[in-house]
Amino acid sequence: MLINRKEVQQIAVLAKLNVSEDEIDTIVTSLDSVVEMINHINEVDTNEVKPMANPMDAVQRLRADEVTETSNKEVLLSMATNADEDYFLVPTVVE
Amino acid sequence: MSNQNKTQWETVIGLEIHTQLKTKSKLFAGTNTAYGAEPNTQVSFLEAAIPGTLPVFNEKVLRYAIRFGLAVGAKLIAKESTFDRKNYFYPDSPKAYQITQLNHPIVEHGQLIIEDDKGKEKVIRINRAHIEEDAGKSIHDKYAQYSAIDLNRCGTPLIEIVSEPDLSSAKEAVRYMRSIHTIVTHLGICDGNLQEGSFRCDANVSVRPVGQKELGTRTELKNINSFRFVEKAINIEIKRQIKLIESGGTVTQETRLYDADKNQTRPMRSKEEANDYRYFSDPDLLPVVIDQAYIDNEKQFIPEFPAQKIKRYIMGLALKSDDAKIIANDKELSEYFDAIVQKLKKAKAKIAANLILGEFSALLNANDAKVEDDNITATQFAQLLEALAAGTISHKIAKVVMEKMWATDNTAAQIIDKEGLAQVSDTGELEAIVKEIIKNNPSQFEAYKNGDMKMFNYFVGQVMKQTKGRANPAQVKTLLEEL
Repeated sequence: MLINRKEVQQIAVLAKLNVSEDEIDTIVTSLDSVVEMINHINEVDTNEVKPMANPMDAVQRLRADEVTETSNKEVLLSMATNADEDYFLVPTVVE
Repeated sequence: MSNQNKTQWETVIGLEIHTQLKTKSKLFAGTNTAYGAEPNTQVSFLEAAIPGTLPVFNEKVLRYAIRFGLAVGAKLIAKESTFDRKNYFYPDSPKAYQITQLNHPIVEHGQLIIEDDKGKEKVIRINRAHIEEDAGKSIHDKYAQYSAIDLNRCGTPLIEIVSEPDLSSAKEAVRYMRSIHTIVTHLGICDGNLQEGSFRCDANVSVRPVGQKELGTRTELKNINSFRFVEKAINIEIKRQIKLIESGGTVTQETRLYDADKNQTRPMRSKEEANDYRYFSDPDLLPVVIDQAYIDNEKQFIPEFPAQKIKRYIMGLALKSDDAKIIANDKELSEYFDAIVQKLKKAKAKIAANLILGEFSALLNANDAKVEDDNITATQFAQLLEALAAGTISHKIAKVVMEKMWATDNTAAQIIDKEGLAQVSDTGELEAIVKEIIKNNPSQFEAYKNGDMKMFNYFVGQVMKQTKGRANPAQVKTLLEEL
């Protein structure tokens, strides 16, 4: 096994995914095959290969520094699960 | 007991400085970046992470980052830079990732020269400066059970400037931070406002016994927003680490917050569990490709920096080192000084510096004015200095002329003429005055003749009083000495 239960649980925490105890073994098996495939790719010698940041044969378009947007406050706040008249509201997060 | 056995510690510090760029619009959308707007009024669908939106790169950000690279002599300004996603979950970033540059940042391997604690020049290497986006703000004191989120700052362009761990004390760290601040503000790429969060600093701090090669375990102090707090936070963290190690403990690699009220650092809980950012290149953004001509074109925007100015002032214009530093480090003041000096013919730049830092600064303070208000133009100032150099007026009278010049168009010559301020250099006239004074103060003159040198100054003072400061002091001295 290339990946264990603990790692799966940790990844789930980072990805904010709810994973139940009974699901973990299935996920371990499927993720394991993914890691195995990646390891296979890692065997290829890429020393002479230029890293590819994007598969498209194009470069980034640049935008002039101009303000083109107006306030979308009402629309955005209305889409939120919870909001008051000014702010999005989320369960307290304090450092 | 013996002090000789006590371990000597040295400190290793690296700084990460987040510099908010002074652009009109955000990094990846045409959303306003102005500070202080009503909450959530400067949020586009992109910053709100509405599905289907795509980022478009603001060219000003690229240009500004290049200028910074040029200013710190970067060995590499990337002709091909790329964007990566740094994944973390926090409510002030709706995408759940930050767009940053991990693998191919725009700027690498720069350097900066600062003074170390002994006053010697020290090179601080800059590992990289990369472009990234800022997050929104969380407000915790509005509701007991909620955090309120304002996304106005979300997507504001930053460059993060990462130093090598070359700093050896809190004071050095502050000096480095100030130098970076000077550079970005002189470049005009950042407004440098620490209170508004335009210029923020994280410090990586570790200690090791003197002589040890390997670095000690470091902690990261987050988001320190004043020069004073940087020094205090680092010093308190150094103390904490040394005390911990000396009492048998070990330093944990962690992120800590500086609490200014308590003057202590404490671990930040949320950062501890999620230290895996799972970076990958952002598929929404293509490589940013530029050529050498594009980079060279930015060179015209690189001004002369204070460090160069200080050298020019001391070596070229014979200014005192302290004066040179004060003037050079103030952008507006140095521009004013340079404009004046350019107009000088006989007058010396050194005298210009004396008057600017003395009488002129006093006038600014008294009127609650700024240099750039231009209450005395550089031309007026230069004329005043010429009058002083020609001996038409004394230093003392220069102050009077300056006050009369304030907020008027009058030239120095006009004021001197109108107010009758020209220096009395006529030997005959002065001699008559001196004789009159001696006649009225026989006992003082007797004392002077008997070698009481205090009386010499007394007589100079009397002549000045009589002439309302218009007497040529050198001439008065000669006259008195001849008696």
